[in-house]
Amino acid sequence: MRTVKKQPQPRRWHILVFILPAFLIYTVFAIYPIVESLRLSLYQSIPSAQGTGTTAEFAGLANYMRLWGEPYWAEQFWNALKNNFLLFAMHMLIQNPIALALAALVSIPTLKGAATYRTIFFLPTLLSVVIVGFIWQLILSPLWGITPDFMKWLGIREWFKPWLGLESTALVTVTLISIWQYVGIPLMLFYAGLLNIPEETIEAARIDGLNGWWIFWKVKLPLILPALGVVAILTYIGNFTASFDIIYTLQGGLAGPDYSTDVMGTFLFRTFFGFQSQLGDTYMGATVASVLFFIILVGVAIYLFGVQRRLQRYDF
Amino acid sequence: MASLTRKLERGRAGLSSLGIHAILIAYSVLALFPLYLILLNSFKSRRGIFGDPAGLPNESTFSTKGYQSVITNSDFPLYFGNSLVVTGVALFFILLFGAMAAHALSEYDFPGSTFIGLYLILGIMVPIRLGTVALLKLIVDLNLANTLTALILVYTAQGLPVAIFIFSEFLKNVSHEIKDSARIDGLSEYRIFFEVVIPLVRPVIATVAVFSMIPIWNDLWFPLILSPGESTRTVTLGVQKFVGQYTVDWGAVLAALSVAVVPVLFMYIIFSKQLIRGITAGAVKG
Repeated sequence: MRTVKKQPQPRRWHILVFILPAFLIYTVFAIYPIVESLRLSLYQSIPSAQGTGTTAEFAGLANYMRLWGEPYWAEQFWNALKNNFLLFAMHMLIQNPIALALAALVSIPTLKGAATYRTIFFLPTLLSVVIVGFIWQLILSPLWGITPDFMKWLGIREWFKPWLGLESTALVTVTLISIWQYVGIPLMLFYAGLLNIPEETIEAARIDGLNGWWIFWKVKLPLILPALGVVAILTYIGNFTASFDIIYTLQGGLAGPDYSTDVMGTFLFRTFFGFQSQLGDTYMGATVASVLFFIILVGVAIYLFGVQRRLQRYDF
Repeated sequence: MASLTRKLERGRAGLSSLGIHAILIAYSVLALFPLYLILLNSFKSRRGIFGDPAGLPNESTFSTKGYQSVITNSDFPLYFGNSLVVTGVALFFILLFGAMAAHALSEYDFPGSTFIGLYLILGIMVPIRLGTVALLKLIVDLNLANTLTALILVYTAQGLPVAIFIFSEFLKNVSHEIKDSARIDGLSEYRIFFEVVIPLVRPVIATVAVFSMIPIWNDLWFPLILSPGESTRTVTLGVQKFVGQYTVDWGAVLAALSVAVVPVLFMYIIFSKQLIRGITAGAVKG
């Protein structure tokens, strides 16, 4: 294949050819649906004049008023939102410190078997939530789980509770299972951040007489703050969307017991699709998705303009 | 000299290396024990699973029936094939189109390039699931409901932002000299991409592949909504429906779960070294 160039091409078609496939698929199947969902949230379905079927009619912010005004919707909405923020807080306070501690240990240059540990810690992240859900039921079930027997063996059988089935403990239990599964992701990000720290920086601190513990607090931690920022925003976003999977698998679409593990994802699913006695509603579904969109947008804005900018000075 | 500093470090650190290993091994057990349980129970009969979930299979409970029924008389091979097709094709498009777009954005100056670059990575921050309501409508209008094509298109759209971001970060640091000398040799821009750029980005392909593959293979949301039909179920959805039934063949479920892990595990073990390198090069600096 020989190409003979007579002159520099005036129109650079190749740029278009390179960008267009990604641009089109992304615009049609990612951006358009999100924008269209925002638009649909301003419509309501009313019986059409002909008598059969329904038509969509512009309704302004009426759906939002219903979501926050009608007790049936408002109660579910605020409950799901509260649970989401609890989920986020627990991931930030439990998952990410564990990930940081493990990453700090695994990144010790003299540690033997670091690669093996890293692989093991990441394994649960690779599993589908269906597996994770089933296996933790096998462990925690009061009827056929292994925990009651194990606790009996330890002599503390009376402390056993059906943690996934109690309103007071279900959300925490689901969160801990989610942490068990996903700790690998922040761990990898922290680990990569720690590896990026130049050896000379640490050497200099050591010459100044700092020991391992203080090097971590005074030198390494400030330097991986950007990774901490990335982890925080990923945790925030994942918590609002991805948490659906584990809760739907473990607790079902009604996010039981008595909605105590309901999050925005399961709430959106029920609203849009309907569940058991509840009928699905496209426009209310779009409204819930749109509110979620704005909640995520606020988080992203805080990250981009508040957190990330302030972290910039630590760049090296 | 090196061993001296090492000794000093060990001596001054708060934890001895024995203590460190104790912590890491303890966490390893926590991470592995549930996996061990799945594998263990997949080789047991129903009575063995529920009678003594933690026990090793013995003569009375050992059974490979689960694996047999998964292979012979369930829809599992179909689901498995569906997942392979969806993940494989989507991954191919993500890698190819992602690398093409990232190459164009980092190689050429053209009006609006910054804007298009930002637009294309917006999807990292705004999850595509938020558009589900309109997406389902679109898929139905396109006559793609209950097809694997729908899933492939959606996953490609979902995976492109991260792919473009990681590829761009990587290509930014690649020198232009190789490409310029290829240009002097008279290679077309297309051949430069396929013969020069693709080999250059090979180290990060693994990172992008693993990061894109895991969420696609394990996704429950889009299969549940876009293609819940019997013939288009993915492994994740198929097993989820399976678990929900009353008369469940638990041995088969566990066997199915064990088999379903294999492709992701395989990818991860092959690529785990490059994965770290890729994250170091891209994601964290974002």
